[in-house]
Amino acid sequence: MSAANLAPQPGPPLWLLAELTYRCPLHCAFCYNPVDFATSGPELSTDDWLRVLREARAAGSVQCGFSGGEPMLRDDLELLVAEAHRLGFYTNLLTSGVGLTAERAAALKAAGLDHIQLSFQDSTRELNDFLSHTRTFDLKQRVAALIKDNGWPMVMNCVIHRLNIDYIDRIIEMAVELGAEYLELANSQYYSWALLNRDQLLPTREQLERAERITNEYREKYGDRIRIFFVVPDYHEKRPKKCMNGWGNVFLTVTPDGTALPCHTAKMLPGLAFPNVREMGVREIWYESEGFNRYRGDGWMKEPCRTCPEKEKDLGGCRCQAYMLAGDPAAADPVCDKSPAHGVVVEALARAESGVGRSAPLVFRDPAASRRLAEGAG
Amino acid sequence: MSAATATDACPRVSRRFRLQWEEAQNAWVLLYPEGMVKLNQSAGEIMRRCDGSRTVSAIVADLEQAFGASGLADDVAKFLELARAQQWIET
Ligand code: SF4
Ligand code: SF4
Repeated sequence: MSAANLAPQPGPPLWLLAELTYRCPLHCAFCYNPVDFATSGPELSTDDWLRVLREARAAGSVQCGFSGGEPMLRDDLELLVAEAHRLGFYTNLLTSGVGLTAERAAALKAAGLDHIQLSFQDSTRELNDFLSHTRTFDLKQRVAALIKDNGWPMVMNCVIHRLNIDYIDRIIEMAVELGAEYLELANSQYYSWALLNRDQLLPTREQLERAERITNEYREKYGDRIRIFFVVPDYHEKRPKKCMNGWGNVFLTVTPDGTALPCHTAKMLPGLAFPNVREMGVREIWYESEGFNRYRGDGWMKEPCRTCPEKEKDLGGCRCQAYMLAGDPAAADPVCDKSPAHGVVVEALARAESGVGRSAPLVFRDPAASRRLAEGAG
Repeated sequence: MSAATATDACPRVSRRFRLQWEEAQNAWVLLYPEGMVKLNQSAGEIMRRCDGSRTVSAIVADLEQAFGASGLADDVAKFLELARAQQWIET
């Protein structure tokens, strides 16, 4: 028997994130898909996904998110939503709205879709301009109307970074104008594409403080009419986030090619094989696989986390961030000021303050760039 | 006294939430966009009776009968107050 068997049995994988495709018509410079997404294997078939939904539900999953890429690009989306609904999932669709026509919205409603999260992505490459770009606004307006007409709650999400944070007032006003009931202003996390573009995207402390102050003013102004969530970038904190609420604790991500992950970026971690839903059932993946057991609980920790009085609070932070910034997935997340590698984060913040690297061209997410970057890495 | 705790009101689960029995968690849960509240046993037993057709008095009577208890009215009223503040129920 392995040591993992001594640890308490984890609860069920309550959250299933189904990343249906890496295809996407947009090119966000902060995209959270892996940098080498274009070299990923063939997408799961409809039948594969139907089986994954059934297995996950049987293992206790109850929230199901359909995301991507752009999930609207899968023409079996309605079918998958219908099956998820029939199984008793609460179904969430995370979309940029591109491809959401009145017909498809009606079909998704009929299939039992519970919720749409509309993200404020832009279809142009002019990040600075995106607020004034009428085509984007028209699209969001049309999609927002469809969401309302179908009786879904109106939930918007906007990724915040150095190039749009100073327009936070206009972003909030636009959301109000579109009738959003919830608005999530999520500061970019520095993984994947956003890490490549960190010098251009990481805001200064002053920008961040101003944005928080303005957000608070709007909260007072609008009260219950719109609930605004402001997610701070962890680089500006002294303690890391409790990543995914704990490794293999509630989240199960299935990527377009069927790889099962404890979070959507975990595939980058070296020396760790993750199972594929084509070869292993969800229950076995969740409870038995090495990929899911490796960083469960706190048995894997090193110093300073191992003896840290705060370790249950954040479980040492994010494994991917530890690997990316400290070169060791079992290290403390360098966001933590007790981490010996915390200097890397301090330096990134100093670069943001001084503006070094700001003028370098942004690397936009697209398949050609992805293949180029994958070759460079390989 | 608020509407939810008036004994002749008929509370029902708010449209913003879905109440559902989850075998894997052995509990009633409230589902909402990208989130979930797991209810403890008594909260679940009260909530599942909030179907918009029963009065608070009827809910109390039903619970007392189902669990062979008496004097539950205060506990139920207290819980409904909280559930209303959380917007879990409407009247
Ligand atoms: S972040 Fe942008 S480019 Fe990436 S999947 Fe989402 S919409 Fe597409
Ligand atoms: S030392 Fe480790 S456990 Fe302690 S606060 Fe920092 S990251 Fe968390």
